[in-house]
Amino acid sequence: MSQEIFLLPDVGEGLVEAEIVTWKVREGDVVTLNQPLVDIETAKATVELPSPYAGTVTKLHGDVGDVMHVHEPLITFDVGTASGDATPATSQHTAIVASDTEAPAGEGREAVLVGYGVANEDGLATRTHRRRGVTSTPLATISSASTPVSTPPTSLAPRSTPPVRLYAKQHGVDIESLTGSGRDGLITRDDVERALRADAPQDVSVTASVGSRGALNTSRFVGRDIESWATGPAEERIPVKGVLRSMSEAMVQSAFSAPHAVVWMRVDASATMELVAGLKTRPHTQGLRLSPLVIVALGLCDAARNFPGINSSFDAAAGEVIVRRSVNLGIAADTPRGLIVPNIKGADALNLIDMAKALNVLVEKARQGTTTPNEMIGTTLTITNVGPFGVDAAMPILPPGTGAILAIGKIAKAPWVHDDEIVVRHVVELALAFDHRQIDGALASRVLAHVGNFLNNPGVYLLAG
Amino acid sequence: MTWGFVVKGESMIDEELVQLLTPEGQRVAHPDYESTLDGEAIFALYRDMVIVRRLCNESTSLQRQGQLALWAPIQGQEAAQIGAGRALQPMDFTFPTYREHGIAWCRGVPAQDVLRMFRAVSNGGWDPQKYRHSVPTVVLGNQALHAVGYAMGIQRDGAEEAVMTFFGDGASSQGDTLESFVWAASFNAPVVFFCQNNQWGISTPSSLQSKVPLYRRAQGFGFSGVRVDGNDVLAVYEVTKKALDNARVGGGPTLIEAYTYRMGAHTTSDDPTRYRIDAEVEVWKHRDPVERVKALLVHEYQAKGAAFDAVAHEAETMALQLREDVLAMGRPDPITMFDHAYASEHALIEEGRREMLELGISGGVH
Repeated sequence: MSQEIFLLPDVGEGLVEAEIVTWKVREGDVVTLNQPLVDIETAKATVELPSPYAGTVTKLHGDVGDVMHVHEPLITFDVGTASGDATPATSQHTAIVASDTEAPAGEGREAVLVGYGVANEDGLATRTHRRRGVTSTPLATISSASTPVSTPPTSLAPRSTPPVRLYAKQHGVDIESLTGSGRDGLITRDDVERALRADAPQDVSVTASVGSRGALNTSRFVGRDIESWATGPAEERIPVKGVLRSMSEAMVQSAFSAPHAVVWMRVDASATMELVAGLKTRPHTQGLRLSPLVIVALGLCDAARNFPGINSSFDAAAGEVIVRRSVNLGIAADTPRGLIVPNIKGADALNLIDMAKALNVLVEKARQGTTTPNEMIGTTLTITNVGPFGVDAAMPILPPGTGAILAIGKIAKAPWVHDDEIVVRHVVELALAFDHRQIDGALASRVLAHVGNFLNNPGVYLLAG
Repeated sequence: MTWGFVVKGESMIDEELVQLLTPEGQRVAHPDYESTLDGEAIFALYRDMVIVRRLCNESTSLQRQGQLALWAPIQGQEAAQIGAGRALQPMDFTFPTYREHGIAWCRGVPAQDVLRMFRAVSNGGWDPQKYRHSVPTVVLGNQALHAVGYAMGIQRDGAEEAVMTFFGDGASSQGDTLESFVWAASFNAPVVFFCQNNQWGISTPSSLQSKVPLYRRAQGFGFSGVRVDGNDVLAVYEVTKKALDNARVGGGPTLIEAYTYRMGAHTTSDDPTRYRIDAEVEVWKHRDPVERVKALLVHEYQAKGAAFDAVAHEAETMALQLREDVLAMGRPDPITMFDHAYASEHALIEEGRREMLELGISGGVH
């Protein structure tokens, strides 16, 4: 096997540094030539770097948010060959392509280099065995009692890689209990994450929370994994970079320029729940994730149409208030990178199905870390959904340059006076924070009441406007 | 900050747009143009487009891996370039800008030679006379003047050849381009101006710098202009062929506006998500130049999956060969930078060369 180090290239004619935005691979991953590795942000652009090698990622030299200098090591690969020569992934193209169709057994390794074909997997697996010194014994037959003396101690543990073992340990997952889905039963980071998800409580249907790592994960903070209470240092300092920097700057800017005020109300959302449940049974909504959030989004847009003043911002420099007659609806999303607020452009023009589709796309992109900068600028109104975390309400801070933000708590059954009787209904708490420089309590209250009525009678509002 | 987002190219429906193949792969009739190509020829155009797209993707990857200094992708413009490139006769001469990789392919320039300039190991990359294809002009619009000058030379030689020059909607605003229109019209030069309107001059929308459709500018200069669906390779081929034929027999210049879309970034140094919206790109995805030809080949010529697979396989092989060729390129001896600055000897260049040798700055790394 041999090691190759991919140095951070200058992707933009004379750049000196770049910030790591998203890793698309993890240590231990087997990657193919030109497989996307990482998104980096330079002074000019956010770009995706494809892999210059086929092989195994053995080290990522930076964390999300780190600023790396051009020509510094970015990723180390094991591009192992049996002979140990450092053949770049790029050199044996003729054989690579031949093996795509022919897959001759003797040339299996070349096929690995572009990552397709059957022979390639065999080639790699053989090498992995050799490295572990367990040439052909099936893993299941090895137990602590029957382990031959000559077998290295590492073969006692389930097959995995050190970073994945550490990850499992940090998250309280017993790696011995897992079945590996990787090559030859290798336990991958995905397997650990699957186990974490299986342990996590069921997601509530109303959720914009993405990339949740489940209840066992208590160590996710500012878009990074931090060590647990027991294992971490007594005091830890985390540099303010990346999404954390964006969030902190936005919040300080907003909190100390826009005087915030909040109105709130409790709403019977039973009709909304029934509507969503009914919609899910229709054939043309199959494959679409429908949730009460869709109805809330439609309700907020409808309120903006009725009260345009809520869709406004205060331009202190110009001495003007800007009223916008188009809603770019921001959705606060809890992602593996941290809090981001992508928006749906022109959300007020969307019908129910299109709104649901747009939310699906937004959440999916946030989850995958493919949200573009363009999708995060120009927000006019925002929804933050804290319900999935099990809390009743929140007093949110406005994204800078916006007039109002609506917080939704959990939708839960509660006693409610309905038709003069106390009955069990689905109740939700809504809170609307607003910029009191241009929006007063009366307007905010009318807007919130409108949203509340919308959730209370969604059918009427959707059909009759 | 931009608040009013407009989808560029949304109103593509234009009665004057020449189209012979719809985005769905259906043939449509046009009063002035008729497709003359048989199934085999259409399949050859399909193959060209798939190959240049694949080579372009590999080149982008090579740039992202630090192997090229820069790359200008052609995604979305394959039909415009292959249709125009295949309409040329061997002795015609072409003057490209830096995004004409499809034209270079049609002229027979080896793919690796196209990448030499982008790897910064050559000031050009190939012998223009050998391929009848000039080296890329990076200065915007300048090549239009070269083309008209060359075309006037053809007139004086009495040869039955034509010249075609390429530029984009951005370069159409350049003085060089507009001056070349004047000269071409005045001398009735045998030149075809092929403008790929890909909607964006880096971040400037075409609609902002051209208040009338670009092809109509020709009328003001005294020659004819035609707008063709630049994502329809059959239409581009016929429109270009007619314009070149017309030029060869003394009919003078033509401006062709190939209405297309740059699906990717302007270059690898650009981030298009900063200035245009996804919805616009989505609209143009449905007008993909390759897919519509594939649809036609399937339903009209019963082309089989195996034939398409073979092309994909061939393209893959070429991409890997290109990668190997690029990685094997040596660094040139710095002294060679003087070699082609002038066609003949030049005292100042000689002085520079001599000084460099005296300083000992020489010796390539291979």
